[in-house]
Formats: sequence, C-alpha cells, structure tokens
Amino acid sequence: MKAFKVLILALFAGILIYAASDLPFRGDPDNLMHAEESITGTPVKGNYFIQNAYRDTRTPNMVTVVLGDYRSIDTFGEQVVIYTAGLITLLVLRKTRRRRK
Amino acid sequence: MRRQFESPIVLLGARLLSPYIMVFGWYVIIHGHYSPGGGFQGGALLAASVLLIRVAGGRRVARLQIQEFATTPLAIIGVVIYFATGLVSMAMGGYFLDYSALPIPGMDPAWLRYTGILIIEVGIGLAVMAILVMIYDNMVRGEDYD
Amino acid sequence: MIDFFLGHYAYWFTILLLCIGLYGILFKKNLIKKTIGLAILQISVVLYFVSIASKWDATVTVLNPDIPVDQVANYLNPLPHTLMLTAIVVGVATLGVAFTLLIAIYNRYETLDEEELIEKLQ
Repeated sequence: MKAFKVLILALFAGILIYAASDLPFRGDPDNLMHAEESITGTPVKGNYFIQNAYRDTRTPNMVTVVLGDYRSIDTFGEQVVIYTAGLITLLVLRKTRRRRK
Repeated sequence: MRRQFESPIVLLGARLLSPYIMVFGWYVIIHGHYSPGGGFQGGALLAASVLLIRVAGGRRVARLQIQEFATTPLAIIGVVIYFATGLVSMAMGGYFLDYSALPIPGMDPAWLRYTGILIIEVGIGLAVMAILVMIYDNMVRGEDYD
Repeated sequence: MIDFFLGHYAYWFTILLLCIGLYGILFKKNLIKKTIGLAILQISVVLYFVSIASKWDATVTVLNPDIPVDQVANYLNPLPHTLMLTAIVVGVATLGVAFTLLIAIYNRYETLDEEELIEKLQ
C-alpha cells in the first residue's frame, strides 16, 4: 500500500515536470512578465515600479517602495494577520491552562 | 521549559551577543531605504536578540528584559502606528495610506512619501518583534503546566 | 538542449522540494512531521516565485546611479520579491499557530500520533 502511494506521488512529480517544460526560460529578459506590455496591451506593473520608484519616493530600494507605498494596504492586512496569529496563541494556550486547574 | 539548566558560559555568551544583534536590527529597519532590509527583517532580528536571552537564561533572567505582559501592548502599538499613519493622511484630504498628504510642513510629496515609509517600517518592526516574542512566551507557558 | 536545461533546472528542483513536502504531509504519522512538511512545501513555492523573478545580467533591486533605469532589463523584477517577503512572515506566524494547536492537542490527549489520536477521539 505504501509503494502504491509513493508511486502516485512520483506520478504527480512527473506530471509537474512535464508541465514545467512549457514555462518560460528562467532569467530570459524577454519573458512576458518582464515585457513592456502585457498581452492585453496594458503596461506591466514590474516595469513601472522599476522606472518610477525613485522619482516617486526618493528611495533607492524598490522592494521597500513596493512594500510600503504602492502595495501598502496589502502590507497592512498582512500585519493584521500576524497580529491575529499572536492573539490566537494567547487565547488557545491560556484556555487549556485554566481548564486543567 | 520544564527543565532549566544554569550555564554561566551560555548566559555570558548570550548577554555579550544580544545588544549587538539588537543594534543591527535597528540598523536594518532604519537603513532599509538604501540597502536590502526593512521592517520584517529588522523585526525578526530584534526578536532574535530578545529570544536569545530567554532561551539562555530562562524565565527569571527574562523578567529583567521585556516582560511577558509587555508584548501584547507593543504589538498593538505597532499596528496602531501603521493604521494611524493611514488615517492621518486620509483626514488631511488624501487617500488612505497616501503619504503625500501627511501634515509635515516644508516637504514636497516625494520626501513626504519617504518619511511615511520610514514611519510604517518602524511600526512593522515593533509589531513583528512583539508578536514573535509573544508566540514564544505562550508556547513555553502552554508546555510548562503540569 | 543545454539552453533548455539551464532555463528549467530551477523549476525541477522546486518541484522536487514540493514533492518532499507532500511526502511529509501525506505519509508521516506524527503531526509535528506533517507540520514540517507543510513548511517545506511553502518554502518551495517561495523559491519558485523568486526564481521566476530573475533576469540574466541584471542587478539587485536597489537603485544604482551608474546603471540607468530606462533599460528595464538592468534590474530584477521587484514585485515577486515583495510578495514573497510578506508570504514568509505570514508563513512564520501560521507556523506558530500550528505549533500552538499541537501543544493544545498534546496537553489534552497526551499523544501526537495520528492513529492513537483517532482512537482517543472516539
């Protein structure tokens, strides 16, 4: 039974590797996600971040600009998520302790 | 931790190393505009410097540093710094988290965005440090009961 | 052929890492080992996103005044890096929640083995 399960997992890996042969080449600057325009004719966001980050915020580190300015609401939601995770540890472990007393 | 061992060598090494890690964490937060770094990484380093003392010295030594009840207010302060920055910029006529509307005189919008990013990075760093320490404390306390 | 290998071997290694994580989740009986498998799977996804952000002959995403910003091919794509930066921190927090739940389970049932746990639940 275990050999059967391992066989299924190996089959899954084979399917994934076969599907990965259609992915674009890694590091090719002409990929679609690095291109100037996407398929639908809209500008690609990554290029906008590279070209305008310093002009908009005077900050050389583009990752900080994307994290703190362009996608700041995303970062805020993520901070709320980790705060909730901390609160969950507080609530779960306090409750078991009180019940055992 | 149920069994605490007293090892002066480990405690001395941790006490020697911890302030430097904390200073480096603040450097990573503040200098995140010019080099790889930022709130999350710096907050993880600050949490490492606090947790090093806690792992090495146990609960009695850890009481001298950041105490257990202080971690939840620190996390709330971190989140509130972030949210208040957004609310202030919204109250001054901009969008939510649009830093160019912050009420700091004598700056053009680009430098205002620079300052806003610095403020929220400090908030993120405080929140991440407090939450990691909080998770560690609660896990130790949950394991500790008999 | 050599171009195909150089362009795709990073994907194969991330798929290998993903399968190691899936093996841990599906086959191990201990809940701690399952959680470690979950963490490995998540790291494989992070490595995949970082690897598709790379460009040959490009520098890191910190602005260098000597390198012009008009040529986009001079800098890596900063968007996947940012997304993975947030994903790593959320992963650490959720791992903390997972271990918290495991501690609660152990305090109540005094075991972490899957089959013993199902027996004790009934």
